[in-house]
Amino acid sequence: MSSQSSTQGAPLASDKRETFSSRKLFILSAIGSAVGLGNIWRFPYVAYENGGGAFLIPYLVAILCAGIPLLFLDYAVGHRYRGSAPLSYRRANRKAEVLGWWQVLICFIIAIYYAAIIAWAAMYCWFSITKAWDKNPDGAGGFFMNDFLKVQEEVTVGFDFVGPVLIPMFAVWLIAIVIMVAGVNKGISRANAIFMPLLIIMFLVLVVQSVFLPGAIDGLNTFFTPNFEALKNPSVWAAAFGHIFFSLSVAFGIMVTYSSYMKRKSDLTGSGYVVAFANSSFELLAGIGVFAALGFMAYNANSSVDEVAVSGIGLAFIAFPTIVSQAPLGSVIGVLFFGSLVFAGLTSLISILEVIVAAFQDKLGWRRAPATLIVTIPVALISLALFPTTTGLYLLDTMDAFVNQFGILACALVIVIVLGAGLGMLPKLAKHLNRHSSIKVGTGWKVLVGGVGPAALGYMLINEVQTKMAEQYSGYPAWFNGVFGWGMAGALIVGAIILSMVPWSKKSKLDDPEFHQHKKNVEAEEIPEPAGKEY
Amino acid sequence: MSALAIVFMIISMLTIWGGLALALIHLSRHPEKTDDDVIEPAHSL
Repeated sequence: MSSQSSTQGAPLASDKRETFSSRKLFILSAIGSAVGLGNIWRFPYVAYENGGGAFLIPYLVAILCAGIPLLFLDYAVGHRYRGSAPLSYRRANRKAEVLGWWQVLICFIIAIYYAAIIAWAAMYCWFSITKAWDKNPDGAGGFFMNDFLKVQEEVTVGFDFVGPVLIPMFAVWLIAIVIMVAGVNKGISRANAIFMPLLIIMFLVLVVQSVFLPGAIDGLNTFFTPNFEALKNPSVWAAAFGHIFFSLSVAFGIMVTYSSYMKRKSDLTGSGYVVAFANSSFELLAGIGVFAALGFMAYNANSSVDEVAVSGIGLAFIAFPTIVSQAPLGSVIGVLFFGSLVFAGLTSLISILEVIVAAFQDKLGWRRAPATLIVTIPVALISLALFPTTTGLYLLDTMDAFVNQFGILACALVIVIVLGAGLGMLPKLAKHLNRHSSIKVGTGWKVLVGGVGPAALGYMLINEVQTKMAEQYSGYPAWFNGVFGWGMAGALIVGAIILSMVPWSKKSKLDDPEFHQHKKNVEAEEIPEPAGKEY
Repeated sequence: MSALAIVFMIISMLTIWGGLALALIHLSRHPEKTDDDVIEPAHSL
């Protein structure tokens, strides 16, 4: 394709697909995507609740048997078919395009609420300095719900905007859009090259500061003491598989999109191991930092660590502010903690947005800047209309719970079944991975992706359906969970079907000559049987 | 901290951080290949 833009309509994409300029930048961006809010506020509690130190065993099994094999599957699809999620799946099989659009819509839902949490964290950096919650008689919890978010009692969707949430959310979207417009190398790579080292340094300082707080040792004792009885419980193993699955960002379409920007002769599996273990390394660090801080909180309140241990929003926006108020140099702890949330969140948000932008860029065949703006501005406006309001927290809670389970989990299950048993593509994808990878994949990988993957994902999904059917999520009204939970999850599938039916125009990247050359080169490089070390 | 908790802390650190170290060493022993038919763009970073 020529680099000339069309004289009519939207400008065409330039001739060559962007690639990460180095392997280091791809790995850094993939780690930036994987390391998100969940690593900081979810893993410590999941590990503590599911066996403490003994959780390491199901956790490692889950990484090696599901996390890394599924990560390789994403890499193989994106890198072989060299496109956004819909284009890659379409090139794999005409009927599979819908799976890519399902992932795009899942990413749309996540993006619209993820930006709100980043904005809250940014505001809490400032509040850590002023210790704004000290003035509220109900402490940090009262401050978060009443003073900051001004959450109204009725669970509904309203448009009473909250200025101190709207303004930082606007700023988050502005930063994200600027990064996205700049593209893979000047935007995503550069942002990760700046934010990731900052995140790691800030978090290391936070952890060191936390472990020297009084009571920190009790926190670490609670976190690492193994409960071997827990290993007999299937739900502990399901928790490990579930956590790894969400933590590594597999089956979101993110890794398909990012790996499509890797050079042809990339070491996919060698890079994948680094990404997976870097993600887990950060989680372990977060576990130490968070439980050391919770140990101090328990020490100060004269209670046990079990009584103060929480996860998610409760940990970040209620427990941590309390620690900030009580700890020596508490403001520093607050700025480091919430700053880390902002950087971890931003690098994940841009990867989520890239799934959407790349999909439309491929389908429209437009250049980066116009394609990005036409996608991200409406996404930002929807996000700004729904979440910085007095009802935004309810919507965020329901959408997050349902999109995770009935979006990501369900989509992942369908993908492994379709690519494995349905289309029988695993041998072809294994061959692709083995072309230039330092660690070869073979029968073991195919069994894990085609057998263990669907079994683990299916078990988790059935469990979740039963839980969500048994009682109203969070005690919200049935209509609310029906529309924004079940309804939203169903609408994603309907939307994906509709988007996959929209024909690819001549301008689109579907018949990109560059891809045909890539395919020819790739097929010439394939080796018949795995050689060397096998997964 | 109990001895058992310390042992599990050390095992966790060795397996996870050690796993990262091994993965990084492995990758560094397999240098990045260049796509010989691709003209490298000027690095912006």
